[in-house]
Amino acid sequence: MRQVSGVGLLLGLMALPVALGQRSSESAINSNQSFAIVSFKWDHVKEPYIIALWILVASLAKIVFHLSHKVTRVVPESALLIVLGIVLGGIVLAADHIASFTLTPTVFFFYLLPPIVLDAGYFMPNRLFFGNLGTILLYAVIGTVWNAATTGLSLYGVYLTGIMGKLNSGVLDFLLFGSLIAAVDPVAVLAVFEEVHVNEVLFIIVFGESLLNDAVTVVLYNVFESFVAIGPTNVTGIECLKGIVSFFVVSLGGTLVGIFFAFLLSLVSRFTKHVRIIEPGFVFIISYLSYLTAEMLSLSAILAITFCGICCQKYVKANISEQSSTTVRYTMKMMASGAETIIFMFLGISAVNPDIWMWNTAFILLTLVFISVYRVIGVVLQTWILNRYRTVQLEIIDQVVMSYGGLRGAVAFALVALLDKDKVHDKNLFVSTTIIVVFFTVIFQGLTIKPLVQWLKVKKTEHREPKLNEKLHGRAFDHILSAIEDISGQIGHHYLRDKWSNFDRKFLRKILMRRSAQKSRDQILNVFHELNLKDAISYVAEGERRGSLAFIRSPSTDNMVNVDFSTPLPSTVESSVSYLLREKAGPVCLDMQALEQRRKSIRDTEDTLAHHTLQQYLYKPRQERNSSVIPNGTIPSENPVQDFTMKEKDLEFSESEENNDYETLHLGKGVDFLANVTQQNFTDNSTGDMDHDVEMTEYSSSDDQLNQNGSVSVNPLHFFPSCLQMPWTQNYSSLENRENISLSSVSEYIASCDPNVPDLFWESGTDTNNKETVNSGYCSEVSYKSENSQEENSLLIFEGLEDSYLKEPQEKKMLLDVQGNYRSAAARRVQSRRSFHRPKPLQHPKLQKLASLPASCHVPPHSLEQEETQL
Amino acid sequence: MSGRPAETWETPLGSLPAASSWQEQRDPGGVEGKQCFLYPQDCIWAEIIRWVLKSRLSQCLVLEFLSNSCFKPVKVSHSQITRLYSRFTSLDKGENGTLSREDFQRIPELAINPLGDRIINAFFPEGEDQVNFRGFMRTLAHFRPIEDNEKSKDQNGPEPLNSRSNKLHFAFRLYDLDKDDKISRDELLQVLRMMVGVNISDEQLGSIADRTIQEADQDGDSAISFAEFVKVLEKVDVEQKMSIRFLH
Repeated sequence: MRQVSGVGLLLGLMALPVALGQRSSESAINSNQSFAIVSFKWDHVKEPYIIALWILVASLAKIVFHLSHKVTRVVPESALLIVLGIVLGGIVLAADHIASFTLTPTVFFFYLLPPIVLDAGYFMPNRLFFGNLGTILLYAVIGTVWNAATTGLSLYGVYLTGIMGKLNSGVLDFLLFGSLIAAVDPVAVLAVFEEVHVNEVLFIIVFGESLLNDAVTVVLYNVFESFVAIGPTNVTGIECLKGIVSFFVVSLGGTLVGIFFAFLLSLVSRFTKHVRIIEPGFVFIISYLSYLTAEMLSLSAILAITFCGICCQKYVKANISEQSSTTVRYTMKMMASGAETIIFMFLGISAVNPDIWMWNTAFILLTLVFISVYRVIGVVLQTWILNRYRTVQLEIIDQVVMSYGGLRGAVAFALVALLDKDKVHDKNLFVSTTIIVVFFTVIFQGLTIKPLVQWLKVKKTEHREPKLNEKLHGRAFDHILSAIEDISGQIGHHYLRDKWSNFDRKFLRKILMRRSAQKSRDQILNVFHELNLKDAISYVAEGERRGSLAFIRSPSTDNMVNVDFSTPLPSTVESSVSYLLREKAGPVCLDMQALEQRRKSIRDTEDTLAHHTLQQYLYKPRQERNSSVIPNGTIPSENPVQDFTMKEKDLEFSESEENNDYETLHLGKGVDFLANVTQQNFTDNSTGDMDHDVEMTEYSSSDDQLNQNGSVSVNPLHFFPSCLQMPWTQNYSSLENRENISLSSVSEYIASCDPNVPDLFWESGTDTNNKETVNSGYCSEVSYKSENSQEENSLLIFEGLEDSYLKEPQEKKMLLDVQGNYRSAAARRVQSRRSFHRPKPLQHPKLQKLASLPASCHVPPHSLEQEETQL
Repeated sequence: MSGRPAETWETPLGSLPAASSWQEQRDPGGVEGKQCFLYPQDCIWAEIIRWVLKSRLSQCLVLEFLSNSCFKPVKVSHSQITRLYSRFTSLDKGENGTLSREDFQRIPELAINPLGDRIINAFFPEGEDQVNFRGFMRTLAHFRPIEDNEKSKDQNGPEPLNSRSNKLHFAFRLYDLDKDDKISRDELLQVLRMMVGVNISDEQLGSIADRTIQEADQDGDSAISFAEFVKVLEKVDVEQKMSIRFLH
């Protein structure tokens, strides 16, 4: 098939000049006449136009199907699409009298199959897959060979009895047919099983088998095809041996190609920081290249792209930004789902073609019987062997579902369509039989598998929330089991996984992951993070329900700049949060990974809004709660951020009015002001547990006092107009830009704090309630995020700047007492950070400082540029 | 394991020492609240087996006897016993029929296992620093997968070591250092620090620990009791996740 697909490509290229010629002749006709304002050039756009139309039709059909829940609940989409295809094919045939559209192997193997397989690989639950790899391999290799051999030989045996009448086929033709009809099809399995949510183990075994048996199918198909070509008399033992060797070469080679490209892809994604926009493109292009490379080397392309996806997913997901990761996820799902739709529709359309039909009742019926029976026998036999070695036994019910889930699909059809009619004389019979088999398995078995699964009470997947405990103890279980395997001295799954994860940690991650990602990638942390986000979202949703976020808003937010956000803010934030929630409410339930996807989609929210909402509001209450206990602890870490952001607004605003020379002073005073304010907060807070409202008023009053005192040289009026006049969205977007910066400062600030403080804090927090724990989570979340988004070199600059700053101020020390020290340090940091973010860098004194930094700071020039572009 | 052994014990190897050397004791690895008998407190069995293996007597006979009598609650097959016994002797560098902590610590993979020390400790009965083959097997038996025919077994018999709750209890004891049947915040934090590693700050770990406790805590004592531990993991397929198939 691989060679012929090359020929197909050639044909396509040859067709191109023809189309061009048509166009040129058309334009020649046009040029004879006078200039036409509008001309109708159908031929010019014909090809892509028809393709686009078909895609549109298929997609619209999907919409129509889902209008009726009753239908889609009973009938799988794939079956509906096939029926639709038959109808459309009938219409086309009636109009055209020839079947002009069919599923050609070229299109199928080059354009439709790769997205589906890539999707499968990239979202493969790796742990599950490798945990069951032995089982999967046995089914994929032995099972497929068994199916092919028994089906082919049995058909041949029956043929010898004469029931089928006269055929021009020998035993090799039958074996060839057996080999192409034997393989379980990944597309069909995915399409049907994603609607029947059977348990993960069962799914991964059937689906994994369908993916990995590609190598076997390819080899068997190629072997028998060449055997048919050279004739049965010339087949020697050496040829058979070659066939076996070629199996290993094709499968291992395909896998290696996949792994190589996965390595490449991970490595590339490590360096895409500055080209975020095309980041997702790499994922698709490089994995597609792995497919094509394997195809070029006549290795198993499906294995290549599957393993490319499987191996790269961890590193790529860690490396690329959240937005890119969302893009990749949705694009991949969209392409896979689209390709699947088109495949099934075109399967239906292709069936309506009088040229390919050749009916032989005995042959077709017997094929159906044999593939079903031998599948069952094969599954039972292999399971019997496997159960002696498996920890999780495969029960009878599982075996029934596995046998019944052996669906055949488009791969078989494409393979049979590739057969050479001159060599395989009964090609038409084979094609018709394949179509019948595919339709039977997809429509009949697809229809009945759901009731069967329900009737047998097969364990299903349950979508449940991830629990921190489960993750944590699950990790502990893993460690325990690998230790037990070490002690008992056997090499099992856990031993191997342990070895692998050590290797991964020591070498692979260091090469393939960004340094920032290396640190923060931990599953427990991720779950923790997601849970916190979820809390945050429900928090906001609660605010939405109540009509205002007032109950969340803490006094400190308002106090800081004396701005009342209540009018512009809630509308924007809430609407967008509700949008996020809505989006999640309609689950994109594409497959097994739906669960993961859901969880991921929560992560999306982190992108912008929710995250920011969090930052602004959610975790505020902790401050006043704990500050009474902690003198100068880590908790107020968010505060500087907010100070900073608001302050920054002010500065930007004031910059237009004020002289640049002024600014140094201005900045310094600003810092002092901040320190004063926060210090004041502290003393206020320490008065004890007050009601929010009370505190709020007190804050604002104290702040006013501060302003009126004139102890701050910055005109407080500067704060008000800029913040009030700015629409919130704009405000927000500017915040988003600096999110990284401010967050990093926070995390660093945390890191720099007294190590005793956390303990103190925690002691006070032992009798916490819900809210407080959420709050405490925020700390980690902040630094998590910042680690993610921040590269280390920028931190370096940061530190350098900070040093230069610390030497400078003297008056500040006088103004700040010990209590305010931490905060002012943070504020200064923020300030210094801010200073080189200026759009007009060189005028700024701080930036000149940056330029004169010692070489030991290792500031790569691009880091500066990058930071600037963010503005 | 039925009842108490007789004064002398007829074995295929002849009669064993008199009952004075047999001790009844509470089995640390056993089911809670149930008295189990550990036969020879010291390494008689190991010695017997070693002697048998050396002298090439009918090993099958002995091992069958062993698996029928000694290891009935452990339920391992003969071949597993032989394999694990040879592993036991290869670990036993002191060649005294018992393993010490050092013997375990010599396993290179265990040294880098974050929970390695805790797991080693789980092998040792409280207050002892030697473990004999029987104790060794008892601990390992926690991880035997649950067979189909055991699931429907009568409930009145002693709970097998590999039952769900025993598996969970094994894990629970790894956390619970002070043996107060509660995982406190500090205990959880220690384990977290070992498992999650150095990349995460103490505050983060602390907040994770808090959240974990809060998630599981039902009675509001800011600690996870065993009941809460079981409850929070009720959806997890512990039978599967805490089982390995010992090689034959």
